[in-house]
Amino acid sequence: MSHWIILPVVLPAMLAPLIVLGMRHDLVLQRVASVAGTLGLGAIAAHLMWRATVLGPEAYLLGNWPAPFGIVLVNDRLSALMLALAAVLALIVVLYVIGSGWDRRGRHFHALFQFQLMGVNGAFLTGDAFNLFVFFEILLIASYGLMIHAGGGARLKAGVQYVAYNLAGSTLFLFALGTIYAVTGTLNMADLAVRMAELPEGEAALARVACVLLIIVFAVKGALVPFQFWLPATYALAPGPVAALFAIMTKVGAYAVLRFGTLVYPPGSPATGDIVAQMLLPGAVLTLIAGMVGVLGARSLGRMAAYAAIGSMGTLFLAIAPFEPRASAAALYYLIHSTLAAGCLFLAVDLVTARRGDDALGPDRAPIAQGGVIGALYFAAAVAVAGMPPLSGFVGKLLVLDAVRAEPYGMWLWGAILGTSLIAIMGLGRAGSAVFWKPHGAAQPAGAHAAHAPAQPLAFVALGAGLALIVALTLLAGPVTGWLGATAAEIHTPAIYIGAVLGPAGG
Amino acid sequence: MELLVASAIGVMTASGIYLILRLRAFPVILGLSMLTYAVNTFLFVTGRLVVNRPPILSPEAAGYTDPLPQALVLTAIVISFGMTAVTVMMALGAFLETGDDRIEMTGEDEGEDEGTAGDGARAPEDAR
Repeated sequence: MSHWIILPVVLPAMLAPLIVLGMRHDLVLQRVASVAGTLGLGAIAAHLMWRATVLGPEAYLLGNWPAPFGIVLVNDRLSALMLALAAVLALIVVLYVIGSGWDRRGRHFHALFQFQLMGVNGAFLTGDAFNLFVFFEILLIASYGLMIHAGGGARLKAGVQYVAYNLAGSTLFLFALGTIYAVTGTLNMADLAVRMAELPEGEAALARVACVLLIIVFAVKGALVPFQFWLPATYALAPGPVAALFAIMTKVGAYAVLRFGTLVYPPGSPATGDIVAQMLLPGAVLTLIAGMVGVLGARSLGRMAAYAAIGSMGTLFLAIAPFEPRASAAALYYLIHSTLAAGCLFLAVDLVTARRGDDALGPDRAPIAQGGVIGALYFAAAVAVAGMPPLSGFVGKLLVLDAVRAEPYGMWLWGAILGTSLIAIMGLGRAGSAVFWKPHGAAQPAGAHAAHAPAQPLAFVALGAGLALIVALTLLAGPVTGWLGATAAEIHTPAIYIGAVLGPAGG
Repeated sequence: MELLVASAIGVMTASGIYLILRLRAFPVILGLSMLTYAVNTFLFVTGRLVVNRPPILSPEAAGYTDPLPQALVLTAIVISFGMTAVTVMMALGAFLETGDDRIEMTGEDEGEDEGTAGDGARAPEDAR
């Protein structure tokens, strides 16, 4: 039993109170601690990835209680991948926050940031359904604080909506967990998988109800239509870097669907059949359409980026829905890409917003300062989000298209993905030309150009690093997809996970 | 007893949902509280309803009641308590900033500072 597995939860859990209690008056110290903590998380995640690759899935028994009774954390390839992705995105965001001075505009940013990471990491690692709920709550309560960072009436109001919606979602989660416990008598995910497979005939209806409730909860987190209403206002009104960090939060929903859909409710399971796939597929197509049409129709840059995030979740769920290894590998590649791309787009939008004062897409605006560099960064992020060559969005969409080709209605899915990509390109192009090109055509009063041009080298470096990672993901697509293929094969063989948690006898 | 508990959960859930749909901060918070009461009771009975039995295995006792849901309920209560406190603070902040306790977003662009003046002017009658 390796103690490395609990470190991604313990490190931020220790660091955050230290920042609040010991460094509250010293922003520089807070920044150093936050960056060091995030770097540490990255190193731990890299080690866990290596462990998962070489040693296979490992369980960590808290308090050394035997598996179905105590609480377990499980590190397998999928968990380690998500941890690494979260750490990388967090590092980009924290550097951007320091560079752009967002952490000056309110208190306790870095502490909340570390608590958020603790919740996200815990959700990826836990092998216990009830602890998944607990970690969801931790990441949510930190996200409430981050969302209203720097205050403002509109932001607080959107924050209340976000909290109310997610509290209702949490209640639903508890109803689902209660039903699962009533049916199976366990909440350990590996044990659940075993019990669900040998469920007596009469209990199947209740198990199905619990399954549907659970998928609805994950759909709320993953912003799947018709549960996406909380996302646009929240992401558009949250501080830019916080919205970028939230790109990983929707992926927590996707991760949970993938985990439960392969482990507890595998396709063809006697109790639940293909119910998860049947629910996800139409929702995914609608999400894709709603998101990309929203990109075209948005009247502000922030909303446009938020709808782009919804659209990318649609593509992601579309690739998850078939629940077969090749599609899952494509989904994981697209998941990595879309997290980084959505994060970069939110950061680019924040750079624009900081220089224009607001993010409305109206006419008659002065050109922004440093428009050339920011325009180039926005262009690169938009290319990535839309899934155009040469960046990894194109590779990701290609993999997804290839994976859903054999599905029933495969051609309709192709139509949905390709059509919405076109709409997204139009929307992103329209917004880019309105912000970066049209102002130069309009006659400007003298001196309008001299809007404040804050020197923020670190912010540009952070965004550039994010885009560089997308380029790296494109160049290394071969090895990455190979590793992801093995990951998908692993999660589609639940016996491996069950064996790691319950021991060979239990599986 | 099953009927009593089940209908209590149902009534609390229904009134919680009704209150959430009122779209004002105070009823929404009350509604969320009702929902958490309902789900806490629901969690409590997921170990089946058993009366007058110890929550541990014991050779003397005729049976036992499942202790795990009680632990789950305790966790759920603590979390929902904390969440309710956060919601109250945020709703209060939003009310003080905008002078309005409506949950839904109003105004053309949903959210830029526009409309603050108008909302402020409406505040006295809305606050009642």
